[in-house]
Amino acid sequence: MSEVVSLAFLAACLAAAVARPRWAPDWAVAAVGAVVLVLVGILSFSGARAALRELGPTVGFLAALLVLADGCRRAGLFDALGAWMAIGSRGLPSRLLAMVFLVAAVTTAVLSLDATVVLLTPVVFATAARLRTNARPHVYACTHLANSASLLLPVSNLTNLLAFRASGLSFARFGGLMALPWLVALAIEWVVLRRSFAGDLRRPATRSIRAVERPELPTFALAVVGLTLAGFVLSSLIGIAPVWIATAGAVVMVARERPAPADLVRAAEPTFLVFVLGLGVVVRAASQHGLSTAVDSILPHGTTLPALLLIAVVSAAVANLLNNLPATLIILPVAAASGSGAVLAMLVGVNVGPNLTYVGSLATLLWRRIVHAHDEETDMAEFTRLGLLTVPVALVACTVALWLALQVV
Amino acid sequence: MRAVVWISEDTWEACVDQARAFLPRSAEVTLLHVAPTDLEEMASHPGPRLLGRHPPPPPGPPLRAIADEEAQALLAEAQARFARPAQTVARRGRIEREVVEASGGADLLVLARDGEARLGPKSLGPRTRFALDHAPCQVLLVWPEQPPGIESIPPPPHLR
Repeated sequence: MSEVVSLAFLAACLAAAVARPRWAPDWAVAAVGAVVLVLVGILSFSGARAALRELGPTVGFLAALLVLADGCRRAGLFDALGAWMAIGSRGLPSRLLAMVFLVAAVTTAVLSLDATVVLLTPVVFATAARLRTNARPHVYACTHLANSASLLLPVSNLTNLLAFRASGLSFARFGGLMALPWLVALAIEWVVLRRSFAGDLRRPATRSIRAVERPELPTFALAVVGLTLAGFVLSSLIGIAPVWIATAGAVVMVARERPAPADLVRAAEPTFLVFVLGLGVVVRAASQHGLSTAVDSILPHGTTLPALLLIAVVSAAVANLLNNLPATLIILPVAAASGSGAVLAMLVGVNVGPNLTYVGSLATLLWRRIVHAHDEETDMAEFTRLGLLTVPVALVACTVALWLALQVV
Repeated sequence: MRAVVWISEDTWEACVDQARAFLPRSAEVTLLHVAPTDLEEMASHPGPRLLGRHPPPPPGPPLRAIADEEAQALLAEAQARFARPAQTVARRGRIEREVVEASGGADLLVLARDGEARLGPKSLGPRTRFALDHAPCQVLLVWPEQPPGIESIPPPPHLR
């Protein structure tokens, strides 16, 4: 009975997050679900407290990163990057794609997937439109790299942040092990996008790039991000947890940019933080009542190459069914038992896998297809074809690269 | 004669030039631009991609405004280059479907190859291919640059 109830609550959380009904916001469903599961005794109070204690620092870390990225936006970093890409492209779409790759890969790695999706992609769209060139290759590149370029650092993706604590790795070692898989993912994306859009990228833009204004580069924001990153890398040497370095970076950024309190709170996305905490508790309950055993029975143990490949593929499959956040929460405890190599292989799966569909999971895609059955705008056959060309290859190649890195680094 | 000239970012100059060269002065010409709303949607409403996140819309002009402004500017430039009376139409939606729909009542659709610069099926991108295959009228298909020579034709397949 407890199994059914806890799985039903998990399903309700996911359904609310995917369908987004006005009368039942996802964060409220997750929070109420967590409280009810404790009240009816399916999850013990101490179990819930342990889950929150594990997730608390990660959620704080996430809030600091969101504030940091928002500060960069406020300082005009993304607009400056847009102008820099436009000027650097010299009106050639293939050069613009190369600049978009560079900027999206670094933005995702340093400021997280969210920054690329929410803050950079609109700028890239506007840049391509202003240059009067087809925006499709560039917007698709951003969308793909937001996932596949999020392999590099613990701060690149919430999934990494969740796994970072469990992996037991230092920030620098995490980045060191994931550098090769990250480069391999970028190379695969580059080859596939460059070939798929060869026709679109051939012709120079028909608008002179002299029309582009050159805004000043926000050096202060860049310096804060650079120092924060340096602090992350040195965190284990200086003995300060990365979450405090992120907090310091966010505080400096807020002190400089001075956003209105309401804007500051909005930037930290409190409802999302509540959702993550609630979902974490609900998944803990489901894990204790059978889900963990089920995952344990399908997930291989050990860090041999075949085991890592299977972990990546299973993680990608679960991420595509449910979305990568719940997939991470479900698989992480089982993968962590096999050591840091298994945790990183899981991240290859949950980070690269969602590129199969443009909304990140089949659940979301199906829902959108039902709701927008007659709306042709949601037909994304071309995007899915790109996903089919990149995801299977990237899953295997990145996992092999990870395995190599584990032998050497 | 009623003609629709498809003005797209990459190839509009050739379409305008060839329309001027081939169309009689008496032709009623419509210069058509279509803004791809799927890309705009992807770039401005990322919510569904980020489970549980409801990011506020980015400040600054909405992407729709930028797209509309650029479409109007492009159509104005096309009209100036055409240098004859012409109507301009800016549509929004799925590009290939909108082009086909807009050429519904017309006698001729003018569009350009947008793929590789050699003879063969790859000289057409997927959206142009769709418009060509489904055009409900006569079609004038132009090369955006000098047509490639006959020697650029792919060799015949060696099946036997």
